[in-house]
Amino acid sequence: MIRKLLFAAAVLAGPPAALAQQVAITGGRIVTNTPQGVIENGTVVINNGRVVSVGTAAAPAGATIIDASGKWVTPGLFAAFSRVGLTEIPSEDPANDISAGGSKFQASLHAADSFNPDDTAIDVNRIEGFTRAAIVGAPGNGLFGGYGAVVDFSGGFNSIDTRQAFMLAELGEGGASAAGGSRAAAWTWLLTAIDDSKAYPRGFEDDGEGDLLIRKEAVALKPVVEGRIPLMVEVHRAADILQLLTLRQREPRMRLILLGATEGWRVADQIAAANVPVIVNPLANLPDRFEILAATLENAARLSAAGVTVAIADPGEASHNTRFIQQLAGNAVANGMKWEDAFRAITSVPATMYGRADLGVLRAGATADVVIWDGDPLELMSSPDAVYIDGVATPMESRQTKLRDRYMKLNENKPQAYERP
Amino acid sequence: MHLLKLIPFIAVAAAACATTATSPNTGGTASPPGEPTKPLATRVSYPKDPYPSTYRAMPAEDVFIRNATVLDGLGGMIDRGAVLIEDGKITAIGSEAAMTMPAGIKTIDAAGKWVTPGIIDIHSHLGAYPSPGIGAHQDGNEVSGPVTAEVWVEHSIWPHDPGFTRAMAGGVTAMQILPGSANLFGGRGVILKNVPGRTAQDMKFPGAPYTLKMACGENPKRVYGYGSGGFPGGAPYSRMGNVAGYRDAWQKASEYKRKWDKYETDFDAWEKKAKSPAPADGQKKEDPKDPPSPPDRNLELDTLMGVLEGEILVQHHCYRADEMAQVIDLSKEFGYKVSAFHHGVEAYKIADKLAANGICGALWADWWGFKAEAYDGIRENIPLVHQAQNGCAIVHSDDAYGIQRLNQEAAKALADGNKAGLNISKAEAWTWLSRNPAKALGILDKTGTLEPGKSADIVIWSGDPFSSYTRADLVFVDGAVTWDRANLNSQPVVDFELGQPGEGDRK
Repeated sequence: MIRKLLFAAAVLAGPPAALAQQVAITGGRIVTNTPQGVIENGTVVINNGRVVSVGTAAAPAGATIIDASGKWVTPGLFAAFSRVGLTEIPSEDPANDISAGGSKFQASLHAADSFNPDDTAIDVNRIEGFTRAAIVGAPGNGLFGGYGAVVDFSGGFNSIDTRQAFMLAELGEGGASAAGGSRAAAWTWLLTAIDDSKAYPRGFEDDGEGDLLIRKEAVALKPVVEGRIPLMVEVHRAADILQLLTLRQREPRMRLILLGATEGWRVADQIAAANVPVIVNPLANLPDRFEILAATLENAARLSAAGVTVAIADPGEASHNTRFIQQLAGNAVANGMKWEDAFRAITSVPATMYGRADLGVLRAGATADVVIWDGDPLELMSSPDAVYIDGVATPMESRQTKLRDRYMKLNENKPQAYERP
Repeated sequence: MHLLKLIPFIAVAAAACATTATSPNTGGTASPPGEPTKPLATRVSYPKDPYPSTYRAMPAEDVFIRNATVLDGLGGMIDRGAVLIEDGKITAIGSEAAMTMPAGIKTIDAAGKWVTPGIIDIHSHLGAYPSPGIGAHQDGNEVSGPVTAEVWVEHSIWPHDPGFTRAMAGGVTAMQILPGSANLFGGRGVILKNVPGRTAQDMKFPGAPYTLKMACGENPKRVYGYGSGGFPGGAPYSRMGNVAGYRDAWQKASEYKRKWDKYETDFDAWEKKAKSPAPADGQKKEDPKDPPSPPDRNLELDTLMGVLEGEILVQHHCYRADEMAQVIDLSKEFGYKVSAFHHGVEAYKIADKLAANGICGALWADWWGFKAEAYDGIRENIPLVHQAQNGCAIVHSDDAYGIQRLNQEAAKALADGNKAGLNISKAEAWTWLSRNPAKALGILDKTGTLEPGKSADIVIWSGDPFSSYTRADLVFVDGAVTWDRANLNSQPVVDFELGQPGEGDRK
């Protein structure tokens, strides 16, 4: 709590003196995610929330030196799909803002309006190297899950970077169920919603409603149908993916992101040709549902090899264990994806997908989200020693570390409740 | 996925088979016609293993695995180690330099590779909640009542669950399948060898004990109290209702056991009398009268009595430390032992009590927060339970995906524990994956470590199994290769996958 208060105060007061101080992280193995590649024994200089330089030059005079010898220095991890900050306890309705089945608004909903920067999962995931996330609710009634946002993991009240980063929709088995019972119904729903939005305000003048959408929802979809904001569609079956890609001809302005794409490898060339990025879970390898019978551990690698832009995340572990993304990326490598591609899939690829080319890379001018790791960041036994967000070193503690420290020793004289780590 | 899996309807067995008080191994008391004396009545008893294992080890070659980094599962690590497998058993393990290779034996040069005991997952629902997870496959929770100790999860197991083969690829050689956690008493669990089979019996681990699933906390009270929609419905509505439900059942089981004990004692006395020779003085032998009648059989109480007799091992789903402490007292009140607490997200808060009572903690590396009783999860839970004096930590999955990477879960827990200041080796951490689960399942005399005489349940890993990049190259069960990563023909494809997209693909 003290940290939170200090942090909030710092934010309210504007850039504190510490921000103006140049910091040079020296001696580390730097993963830049740029044409500079990996720099051994390099130096990253940050100042005023930005990366000033990345290379092998000596640290500038007067800079605070952070010795990262023997360590890895990387951009902060960017969760391509998360629900962090939307639920403290998913099984308890009052502590869960993920979906709103009872609301007549769905596309109009903004995850940013539910986001809680005090959510304990934020600290828990930040100390595992996450500095940004794309967060979004889930469809509660119909196909649309509303607008996803880009947030940072600082825990500050100004954590929301982008209120409208993308719109979420669901096709396949889930979409079919939500639309009335069949894939055909879901497809018609999607096209009708698009048509309603394109037609708005024409056609809404007399009775106030389109064929499907009420006014407010039609307005909400405008940026999506006009291609200003991408539409992220959860879809898995190969045939469903191909059908969705036909939207590129019908609605050339619209931009798509595929979420899931568990059978994507079967139509990888078509996805690549359509220039549509995907967010995949590289560990989805069970025929859990009839729409993912062809699931394989090699999906991420095959998509990547076919030239598809691949980001990595698991919507099933999206709130408290957003950190699972690190393990997913390591396993993608174990199953054939190039290390560089897997690391970009959890850093620069999602950043670019959501219009933040200043994140997920270490180059002069980039936003200074930097993590110092005690080893290869895709290894299970590595963890961060320091996490910088906007150039500020963040506390390496969470409610979990406090619980741990309180119970490290059990044979103490006074009850643990008197101990506040 | 790890939350309680339920379907909105209750499947009721359409026709329960009539049970009779006599079973095949009990003789009748009717006299054949014409016989002058009636034959001695036989004691009524019931078979303890009516669905016996039909497991047969697959064909195996004798193999000498050499030049490997070997984790013995006991906490030891051997560089340039070797393991000798003969007739499906481990016959030698040690430093290669100190071992003699039998002439003409097949050798595997495991340079750069690691060899470990096969992983044992103490908490799985494979087969009972198989893939695909359609409504028709929801066979893991008999939600018809809070006490269903009479159900046996092996009667739900679909051996064609593709999850079994995925777990195989993850180095899993044995597992416990448990009923779900809807009920206070969910039913009997069963221990399987991870081998393909036509029937559940083909997979049953020969000689393994039965287990009993119990559950604490939110699930039973949600399912039977306010969650069932049956207000005023039935108990439990609360944690105190949960404990009352346990006590009520254990009390009935105690009385049932007393009746059976009395029957045995009375029968002994009757038999002694009936078999005693006629008095030497030629007087008529005293009529022993009718033999004592056995108690009515109760399938639910049979299982609970098995626990009280120490034959069936209790596997208790319990998240919160305070509830685990209550259950420990409960077990003392009724005179049984909890083998392992499962999930135990707060086990670190009472690691000392668990160790002192000889109870293992079967835990996740990092799942937390999905419900209130999982809110205080920490990543150091497993290492802190391990660290207690005589602590017994187990990495478990409860998940068809997690079971494929239990070594990775151990790696995360190990790294976090050591970063927090503990000093645990990889070799010690492997005890979480094989020795400790084998101990909590009562099969440590057969598997779980690399020791001469034990089943050759072994994994050869492509490298350090605590790395993200490592995969299981070869998996042996009783010396037979169940999974060969380099050879698609040595990777089983279950019936369900035949003729489907992706059949025989790399999974």
